[in-house]
Amino acid sequence: MLDILHLKKYYATQKAVDDISLHIKQGSIFGLLGPNGAGKSSLLRMVTGITMPDAGSITLNGEHFSLQQHSKQIGYMPEERGLYKRMKVGEQTMYLAQLKGLSKNEALQKMNEWFDKLDMQSWKNKKVEDLSKGMSQKLQFVITVLHEPSLLILDEPFSGLDPVNSSVIKEEIYNLAQKGTTIIFSTHRMEQVEEICEEIALMNKGQLILQGSVHDVKQQFKQNKYALQVSKPIEGFEQVIKSQSGNRYELQFTDEQDADKLLMHCLQQKNRIISYHEILPSLNDIFIHLVEGGAARKFENYQA
Amino acid sequence: MLKTWLIIQREYLTRVRKKSFLVTTFLIPIAMVAISSIMIFMAVKSEQKQRIAVIDETGVFTNKLDTTSSSYEIKYIAKSNDEKHTVLEKNESDILLHIYPIHNGVPDSIHIYKDGGVSLNAKQFLNSEVNNVFQMKQMQDAGINKEKIDSITELSLDVKSFDLQSNKETNTEISTVIGYAMGFLIYLVILIYGMGVMRGVSEEKTNRIAEVIISSVKPFQLMMGKIVGIALVGLTQFILWLVLTGVLHSFLPFLIPGLGLSSSVGMSTAEMQQAQSASASQLAPMLQMLYSQNWILLIGCFLFYFLGGYFIYAAMFAAVGSLVNEDPQEAQQMTLPVTMPIIIAFFIMMTATRDPNSTLAVFGSMFPLTSPIVMMARIPYGIPGWQIALSMLFLVLGFIGMTWLGAKIYRTGILMYGKKVTWKEVYKWIRYS
Repeated sequence: MLDILHLKKYYATQKAVDDISLHIKQGSIFGLLGPNGAGKSSLLRMVTGITMPDAGSITLNGEHFSLQQHSKQIGYMPEERGLYKRMKVGEQTMYLAQLKGLSKNEALQKMNEWFDKLDMQSWKNKKVEDLSKGMSQKLQFVITVLHEPSLLILDEPFSGLDPVNSSVIKEEIYNLAQKGTTIIFSTHRMEQVEEICEEIALMNKGQLILQGSVHDVKQQFKQNKYALQVSKPIEGFEQVIKSQSGNRYELQFTDEQDADKLLMHCLQQKNRIISYHEILPSLNDIFIHLVEGGAARKFENYQA
Repeated sequence: MLKTWLIIQREYLTRVRKKSFLVTTFLIPIAMVAISSIMIFMAVKSEQKQRIAVIDETGVFTNKLDTTSSSYEIKYIAKSNDEKHTVLEKNESDILLHIYPIHNGVPDSIHIYKDGGVSLNAKQFLNSEVNNVFQMKQMQDAGINKEKIDSITELSLDVKSFDLQSNKETNTEISTVIGYAMGFLIYLVILIYGMGVMRGVSEEKTNRIAEVIISSVKPFQLMMGKIVGIALVGLTQFILWLVLTGVLHSFLPFLIPGLGLSSSVGMSTAEMQQAQSASASQLAPMLQMLYSQNWILLIGCFLFYFLGGYFIYAAMFAAVGSLVNEDPQEAQQMTLPVTMPIIIAFFIMMTATRDPNSTLAVFGSMFPLTSPIVMMARIPYGIPGWQIALSMLFLVLGFIGMTWLGAKIYRTGILMYGKKVTWKEVYKWIRYS
């Protein structure tokens, strides 16, 4: 669906995007992660046609990407929301839809469909400045998807949304993906990425440092950590016990056989195993691990 | 382009529907008519007669001062010991003119007394009357008869100026006024609507809506849509002002019914006719001069320079708007390089109204950044057609160049957030983009 090859964008002082190649499948939900200043916005701006790359190519469904041709196929919701504050909700929606190339009738019909679906009909004559932050977020989402783009680019789509609206939007994102819309979204909030995205890419300092499915990435970075809960304290095995609280243990094995030995030992001691499972690293941990190698800023993990 | 047209429409409609547009469009003509009618009203009001008491110790002036003036009523009284207080404090008169006895052939001194200051009009009136009467007496004493004197004083020579080419009479005063007014109007238009473009752009930037729109249209389309939309708003407002001011002025006598009446109170029909014919005889040549101006050329040029002046600056104002972040102080600093040539043009225009063919004026009327303002001051004087044509050509070229430059800055600036941009960086964008 979307192929990015050796994309580069250099500014006077920094390499914002330094030789990035990505392949994104149609209908997939792709998470683009990275700390502030990693070059995510620069990359997304090139994919939306807002800026031109210095080198490299962007191909959309096999065609060379150009804003002129493909603007209607792309829906972009920038990180910092942009709407005319003093314009009425209805007028603004119509205007932006028509700018995307919809006819007046199409725009009106699509607007009514979405406004009915998301219960926004009563907002039509309100000015944007009179909407709450969550409401204008919702409006921005509708405006982004109204013209049925085949590639949807969402920058932090859930910030400012309450849990109810958040799940409404999430639902719509799933629906769109199921209908074949390809979705790229960039976010700081790792728990959402783990929940929603099939594939992810991590960016830092303009470069791609990791790419793959969430499952593969976690497997790749697992550190053989396990959690064990038993009925009475374990004796010995100090070298594998990383931490302990009561009869709950966090274990780290360097050799898989150590795990078998420990479990055997517990069973022999009639120490009942209440639970035993692998601790997979969170994306957050992986990211910090990868980025802290360099002098990158600490990754910001927002707790919603 | 359909999308550019959509942008023009939005820019136009949102501005025209704003309350502030309606308020300025309707209030300014009303305010202008109100101010001018207040001025007329005050002028009429002050024609309420001032009573002047005259103590003439010479005997020369008694019954000689002009009494035809509608503004003053003159009464001669005899000298008494405390005449000032009796006359003025009892409110029998407003002004006391005291002419002291003749000494060495002229009155010793002439004083005007009034409770508070004497108005300039009254002082000038009395001054010229006293001089007229006294000069008349001197001439009569020298043996010139009254008829002769009257015929001399009525004699007035008039210097007229002519245009060599058309052999038509020219009127320097009117040319100056028209030139100044049109130049000033264009100056205002450039500043007001140019600033409008700048504010619109920086609003879109700080709102981040620019990013959404630029994923649909090219930055150049967004910029031009805004510039053209605001130009149309300016034209609309300008035409409405003209129409409204005209309509209101023609209704003026009906709006203020007391205006016509109050001036005729205490004035005989003969006096009124006289006053009217006097003002009419002054106005006629002025009006003739106004009509003799080549208005088709003037209005055509005005519209051209009005739009040209706006367009050449609009792209630069858009560029500046795209550089500004939320700090208004920063905006002021950034606008300076753009507003500077406008202000310089205004000063050149002022000298051009006095000397339309000076080197500075000619240069100013050719250089595209100053020509819209300066040329309008020169045209009423009648200048060679090739100069106008050349100036217009330069303006069009200048517009293309400035828009190209402005667009380059704009498309980078509109997406730059946070950090303050210096002109040095802007220069780099122009060079490398």
